[in-house]
Amino acid sequence: MDVKHMRDYLGWLYYQYLLITGIYVLEPWEKSIFNTVLFTMVAMVVYTSYVFVPIHVRLALEFFSGLCGGQHESAMALMS
Amino acid sequence: MTESSSSKLLNGDTCHRTANGKKAARNGFVKNHCLLQQQQQLQKYRRPKEKSIQSHHVSRNAALYNKPFVESFEETPLLVAVLTYMGYGILTIFGYLRDFLRDWKIEKCHVARERDEQKDFVPLYQDFENFYTRNLYMRIRDNWNRPICSVPGARMDLVERVTPDYNWTFEHTGRVMEDVINMGSYNYLGFAENTGTCAEESAEATLKYGAGVNSTRHEMGNLDKHEELENLVARFLGVEASMAFGMGFATNSMNIPALTGKGCLILSDELNHASLVLGARLSGSTIRVFKHNNMQSLEKLLRDAIVHGQPRTHRPWKKILIVVEGIYSMEGSIVRLPEVIALKKKYKAYLYLDEAHSIGALGPRGRGVVDYFGLDPRDVDIMMGTFTKSFGAAGGYIGGKKELIEYLRSHSHSAVYAASMSPPVAQQIIASMKCIMGEDDTSLGRDRLRQLSENTTYFRRRLQELGFIIYGNEDSPVVPLMLYMPAKIGAFGREMLKRNIGTVVVGFPATPIIESRARFCVSAAHTREMLDTALARHRHPLRLQKSRPLIVRCCAVRWHQSGCAAFSAG
Ligand SMILES: Cc1ncc(COP(=O)(O)O)c(C=O)c1O
Repeated sequence: MDVKHMRDYLGWLYYQYLLITGIYVLEPWEKSIFNTVLFTMVAMVVYTSYVFVPIHVRLALEFFSGLCGGQHESAMALMS
Repeated sequence: MTESSSSKLLNGDTCHRTANGKKAARNGFVKNHCLLQQQQQLQKYRRPKEKSIQSHHVSRNAALYNKPFVESFEETPLLVAVLTYMGYGILTIFGYLRDFLRDWKIEKCHVARERDEQKDFVPLYQDFENFYTRNLYMRIRDNWNRPICSVPGARMDLVERVTPDYNWTFEHTGRVMEDVINMGSYNYLGFAENTGTCAEESAEATLKYGAGVNSTRHEMGNLDKHEELENLVARFLGVEASMAFGMGFATNSMNIPALTGKGCLILSDELNHASLVLGARLSGSTIRVFKHNNMQSLEKLLRDAIVHGQPRTHRPWKKILIVVEGIYSMEGSIVRLPEVIALKKKYKAYLYLDEAHSIGALGPRGRGVVDYFGLDPRDVDIMMGTFTKSFGAAGGYIGGKKELIEYLRSHSHSAVYAASMSPPVAQQIIASMKCIMGEDDTSLGRDRLRQLSENTTYFRRRLQELGFIIYGNEDSPVVPLMLYMPAKIGAFGREMLKRNIGTVVVGFPATPIIESRARFCVSAAHTREMLDTALARHRHPLRLQKSRPLIVRCCAVRWHQSGCAAFSAG
């Protein structure tokens, strides 16, 4: 029952996707081209973010902690 | 968004200016008080000399809208607009792809194109309309021009067809889709029947007169039926005389040139029917277009016309003709006739009113917008209308003063050159008109009028409750339901047909590109159950979650409308 409900829901989502992007009216081969292109693009975005985001996050963290740390140190220096 | 445009309209100053954007011109939720406010605002800018006329104008205005004039044109929700453009963008890209394939002969081209010998000439098939037809319209062409094989009454039979090659060609399967609920015919009073008195009388007329006389009214084509018809029409409209033509389109396009010419000015509503536009162009007069149903825009044009006169010479215009329609068939709006008449009187212009959709469908006695607003038909100089819609026949009429009709009789091309109306058609009109007037000693006509207005109110109210965006006046039997996205045009038409409901979906050339819509025409022949089925089938997709062309719009709309409701309540 639940599985069926889920399937229905996914089918409905796909239908909405077809309607909103307008590819509902396209021929099947055009639909597959569109889906492939979109899928590839999304996959690439996901992959790039997977590869690069952690690096950038780390760099950013280091940078900011450097800033804060630096301040801290200088504050310390001032105090002493 | 609606809030902002409406409140702009409500604070008189902005609403006085006509330049406030296309959307604000569409008068979302303008009611009486707003109109009065506008008028008072106008009055402030008037010089004292004009005051007497103006105050007359104001009092007329207050008195004339004897009922609330509620007309709504919600603005397209921003998200929907963006998605719609995106959809068109995607389809256009694929259109270019297909054109590319056709160009390189990778794919067979099914449509007309330049031959090789013509390669160096001006291209014939490369403008946007052609691109649109080839690459967008073709994909959803199965929603239009569906062949029917029965009377297009409240229910009709459709010939089933299939397409083996994505709508480039169609094949008939030989099967018939029976009893499809017909929400697409302009059959307002349900006179499209093949039984009943009207049909019988037309059959008798055919036996007596034959199908037609193949001659013009001026020569041998004038039958007693035509004279009877014209007298009846004049009586029905409450005008001195009238004249009937065999074709509604030609009534407009051939009579306007007879009425105006060079040195005349035509002020035309931007959404006027193609026949009016054609007529205005053929006449050779100068044409200026005012915003749809926007009286400020009309008044500005009138004033400019009177102040400046003709371009270059600055001579006064010979005639100024205001051309409006009663009900606009794409918007479902009703003309603001009391105000148009007030303006016309004030600036001494003439008024041409095309009642193609409103005659029979509006007013307590079914006599069109004039009756609906309770005005005097003599205030409208030229009353035009067609018999194609409410009367279930064909042809058009012009009503007005006796001199006008006599002039047209001898000068109008469609009177002089066109074959006269076929007698059975004339008989159908006579019979149905008598029925509406109650001269057939039954209350059938009155019942139909009542049924129509009940159906209209019910259908509009239910659609609104379901949360759809619908356009137009609440009393108009034409109900446009907004679809917006290009794929939804196709999906809606197909899904409705699957559910045994025939609707008309309308897309780009007939509407602005993002305002695609489905149009329902409510008829007196529809029973409550039929309307309920139609409505339930709208909802159907939402509940069954099988094919829901509507839900996203619906959600967007729900959310949007709650805003509106809050606004109109406040
Ligand atoms: C406003 C208006 N005028 C004129 C016509 C033309 O009438 P007919 O279809 O009888 O030629 C139409 C028809 O659609 C119309 O909507």
